[in-house]
Amino acid sequence: MILRPQVLDLRIISHFLGKVVLGFGIMMAVPIAAAILFGETVPIIDFAISLFLSLSVGYLLVLCARLPKATQMSWMHGMVVVSLAWVVCMFLGAIPLLLSGHWQSYLDACFETMSGLATTGLVLVQDLDHLSHAANLWRHLIMFLGGQGIIVVALSFLVKGGPGAFRLYVGEAREEKILPNVVETAKFIWFVSFVYLVLGTLALAACGVWACGMPVREAIFHGACNFMAAFDTGGFTPQSQNIIYYQSIFYELATIVIMIWGSINFNLHYAVWTGRRKELLRDIEIRTFLVTLAIVTVLTLVGLGKGHVYLGPVNLIRRGFYQVVSGHTGTGFQTIYAQQFTGEWGSLAMIGVIMAMAFGVSACSTTGGIKMLRVGLIAKAFKEDVKRFLTSESAVVTTKFRHLRDLFLDDKLVRSAALITIAYILLYLGGAVVGCFFGYPFLQSLFESTSAAGNVGLSCGITQVSMPVLLKITYIIQMWAGRLEFISVFVLGAFMISFFRGK
Amino acid sequence: MISHKSQVTSLKLKLFLICFLLGIWNLGVVTVFAQSISSADLIANAKAHDGKIVEYEGELIGSVLGRGDFVWLNLNDGANAIGVWAPCSMAQDIRRAGSYGVRGDWLGVSGVFHRACVEHGGGLDIHAYGLIVLQEGSVVHETITRKKVLLLSLFLGVLACLLIIHILQTRRSSR
Repeated sequence: MILRPQVLDLRIISHFLGKVVLGFGIMMAVPIAAAILFGETVPIIDFAISLFLSLSVGYLLVLCARLPKATQMSWMHGMVVVSLAWVVCMFLGAIPLLLSGHWQSYLDACFETMSGLATTGLVLVQDLDHLSHAANLWRHLIMFLGGQGIIVVALSFLVKGGPGAFRLYVGEAREEKILPNVVETAKFIWFVSFVYLVLGTLALAACGVWACGMPVREAIFHGACNFMAAFDTGGFTPQSQNIIYYQSIFYELATIVIMIWGSINFNLHYAVWTGRRKELLRDIEIRTFLVTLAIVTVLTLVGLGKGHVYLGPVNLIRRGFYQVVSGHTGTGFQTIYAQQFTGEWGSLAMIGVIMAMAFGVSACSTTGGIKMLRVGLIAKAFKEDVKRFLTSESAVVTTKFRHLRDLFLDDKLVRSAALITIAYILLYLGGAVVGCFFGYPFLQSLFESTSAAGNVGLSCGITQVSMPVLLKITYIIQMWAGRLEFISVFVLGAFMISFFRGK
Repeated sequence: MISHKSQVTSLKLKLFLICFLLGIWNLGVVTVFAQSISSADLIANAKAHDGKIVEYEGELIGSVLGRGDFVWLNLNDGANAIGVWAPCSMAQDIRRAGSYGVRGDWLGVSGVFHRACVEHGGGLDIHAYGLIVLQEGSVVHETITRKKVLLLSLFLGVLACLLIIHILQTRRSSR
């Protein structure tokens, strides 16, 4: 028998959802400050409207809850709060974008916001080259917030620690705590991210001025935006040409380094910060990443070489390898035009990039996709099974691997990795089927679907303002489910069913 | 007599050839310069246009990116922006680049189109040999609409009310 949620359940959800919305709303003060700095009057009004509305929604949810102080949050509450928070933040975050007049509809603005929050990078913006600095900063800031986690924002400033905080944290597809206290973990994530933001912005600004010939103020602004997009493996850029705009190998190399650095597990960042640099080379995620990166790079470059698409190693690196790294890390920066994938690259090279996008990199990072830990575990399980056949029946075969500490491979771990991997593959294929339904060729549909569900952002040209509404909604759901790694979304689905059909 | 006839024939042939070549050249020039090609066409049919002389026009967006004696100009024709590689001397007449609140200069460029430029790391670009400012850019003024002011006042009012309720609720619970 399905039990209908109690009023207290709804009050708990409302209270914590309100807190998250308040945290998200406060962040709108940042683009207002940018608008003042750049002397942009109308965007100040747009963001002030959105800020007041978001705070009102947040306060309303908290006030309606009137939650007693000692109330504890269960796993179900945590999961529902997280999945709902992402949807509510999408609706609220889209408002300043819609008011800017650069999005044709509210759905398009919601698409862009979910794309930013989920660090995907697929865009439906129009006339991006004339978008205000404030709105452009907001696009990149939501990528930064979504990458570190909206819940992490709330945990850092508005929610007290305890088991409830941990349940919220896990709901956002982060199972690994860096520090014993989850609030301290959230604060560490923000601290590291801000230090990197400052250093990365300066590095990209220097590239912008000396290698690209940009004016200093613009170079700093672009540096900050592109760092947030690269480190959070997002893929938005302030100009419509994406990374092509900069026409510089130095800028491309700098973004490659940041993309890879951003795709690494936060626990490994912590290891590096605490002087344990060797962990980087011992961890299963990094080792698997190096293997899969080599495989997909070879596949893509052979495809490009076969079709004589680019001549010479430099051209292959700047156009071929760059797209592979961008896809594998889940960033979505492009140094080629979307139509070039289908018009010039050929099937083999496209398959290489699709595989790269499907894999993703690290758990507890900002990348999407299946993730290297799961790929590594499944590969090790295969190896162990083969080994079992080759040794005597009485022999005990065990497999050890290194992920933050030495661990033994067990069936529970492999089962969990295989289940999520299957769920991702089904999500990729599901989106591809919807694309085919609307008349797009299978390979292109699979490319775009994998990009959306894997939170990558590379596009072969399907994502356009003119694409069918149902396909836009499909990609929004894919980005959302892919970012939260299904569990929270499934729990929300079950919660809705129990709400309407429970007794 | 025979030699005179053959001389006349040869002269006629040469004249015909010159006219023919001039015609072809002229036809080619007219074809290339008569209408500019769109960015969508250049990207979609990059192989067909590769290495050919094209005329392209669009709004200069972002900034003029200086590289020694050359500059990169990113020209957006409304659909896509394409990078144009031009000597600095050509960019002297440029006044404005498009950004928020600024409509950039509308430039016309004639140059060689590259699908995967060997000189620039395999990028799709145009190497300009001629550039003209077709229309000067301008400043665009945005105005705050009445609707936005009303929305702002409404949500500010709602937020103020909720804050008052929140303060009253907190006081009551602390008692």
